[in-house]
Amino acid sequence: MVLVYAEATNGQFKKMAHEVVVYGKKTAEVLGTECHALVLDDTEGAEDLGRFGAAKVHRVSSPHLEQFDAAVYTVAIADAAKQLGATVIVLSHNSTGKSIMGRLSARLEAGSVSGANGVPMMKDGYFTVRKPVFSGKALADVQLLTEVKIISVAGNSIPVEELGQGAAPVEPLSLDLPAPKTKVVKHQVATGRVPLPEAELVVSGGRGLKGPENWGVVEDLAEALGATTACSRPVADSDWRPHHEHVGQTGVAIRPNLYIAAGISGAIQHLAGVNNSKTIVVINKDADAPFFKAADYGVVGDLFEVLPKLTEAVKKYKGQ
Amino acid sequence: MKLLVCVSKTPETTTKIQLTGDGAAIDTTGVQYIMNPYDEWYALVRALELKEAGSGTVTLLNVGPADNDTVIRKGLAIGADEAVRIDVSEEKDSLYTARQIAEYARGKDFDIIFFGKETISYNGSEVGAMVAEYLDLPYIGEAISLEVDGTQATVTRDIEGGEEVIEVQTPIALSAAKGLAEQRIPNMRGIMMAKRKPLNVVAATDFPDTTRIASYDKPREKGSVKLIDADNMDELVRLLHEEAKVI
Repeated sequence: MVLVYAEATNGQFKKMAHEVVVYGKKTAEVLGTECHALVLDDTEGAEDLGRFGAAKVHRVSSPHLEQFDAAVYTVAIADAAKQLGATVIVLSHNSTGKSIMGRLSARLEAGSVSGANGVPMMKDGYFTVRKPVFSGKALADVQLLTEVKIISVAGNSIPVEELGQGAAPVEPLSLDLPAPKTKVVKHQVATGRVPLPEAELVVSGGRGLKGPENWGVVEDLAEALGATTACSRPVADSDWRPHHEHVGQTGVAIRPNLYIAAGISGAIQHLAGVNNSKTIVVINKDADAPFFKAADYGVVGDLFEVLPKLTEAVKKYKGQ
Repeated sequence: MKLLVCVSKTPETTTKIQLTGDGAAIDTTGVQYIMNPYDEWYALVRALELKEAGSGTVTLLNVGPADNDTVIRKGLAIGADEAVRIDVSEEKDSLYTARQIAEYARGKDFDIIFFGKETISYNGSEVGAMVAEYLDLPYIGEAISLEVDGTQATVTRDIEGGEEVIEVQTPIALSAAKGLAEQRIPNMRGIMMAKRKPLNVVAATDFPDTTRIASYDKPREKGSVKLIDADNMDELVRLLHEEAKVI
């Protein structure tokens, strides 16, 4: 059985949870088995995970799960997997997944692949999973050699499809969990914009913006598109923008449907973090900027003129 | 405070990754190596700052072959007190590496074990959490701030679209993200002193592989770029909608 840890964000099961369930269902099909979802809180709507391919949802409720603690969550997922006889465990490759994944792998002595972007396949007799390596400059086919296998799935790497039959039964699962040793004293999430790793549309600015006071043109386009803003490393290093907006090899690696880069020349370290985007638009006044070679669409021009025009065009399109 | 900083060797960030003809391996011809940036810029420097603010030792730990000594010496030049290399002849997977680190650190009473949030080579983000599990330590991933007062640590970590502040008692393990510290460049004195600092090589413990990379591939190449006139943004929007189907 494939067990998927489905995490709720801000009290709802969203795209990220749906993606891992779809991934789990496709993995289960490869192995000829069922996909079950594991839920570690009281979020409503867990039965809806059935729509994406979970045959059953197991819900663990415990006061020790009320705040996130990697060690406690690890025990919960590991014990649930043992009790339910799961041979593959699937997580999201987000901040929660990254904190749990390694612990789970060590606890179960299980081979793991983190940040997978392909559904597992049986290849040469081995359970094989594809993942980007060298920050997207290459891909590796990784064989998992242990009986229990763990996979974390990179965001935006699998289209959400309704692979299930509708609502799934939700069954309580009783586990004996330790108390957390960490205490979360503040949990602060900006509302409104979709976080960068999950964003489908991203507008990004580089040194060509010339200073933080000019960011309005980027913000306006993002606003019109409903996109998330990002930036290149020099911009984050100069504190023009917060560091969590930095995309690239030493920042966040993203794979949105649309990445619009304005005033970014396209150094190899930047490309590494964004070249898995489905569509790339590059706006630069230098026609020789290397980024054009990695782009689907290019506009050679002054971004201070092009971005407002593009924003107007997007508004016009949306207004239709 | 006894601080352990686990560091990896990775290809330099501008490296163009080439594969061997059959895709079985990365072609390492001409590849320059550095210390993994998250390990060096943030994990190591924050550990040094904590030591400088109080007292204690900073130990560097690497699991790898003798070639890695150059990168380890750089860490000593930046300011670590001593280094240990667990001798393995080739790169191994995350769980193997974590097991070696855990076997070394067990019983040595490190207060904080630092990792980078991921290597820029295999992008695993796993080893820190694995070591924490083996040693039964609390683990905080992607730390952007760390303050320590006695045995009380306050850690801020990056989460999607925000941050979380966590209080925890040492000993702990954590992974460092951008913001935890500022990169330091070693000076001549540091480089000279590094030559006299201890770099001990210890034998690895036997542990089976749990994963294996069967082959590599390169991402698909983009076709040639379609240029759109800067005065015709309606056309770009049309293409994004009708051709690329992304809006």
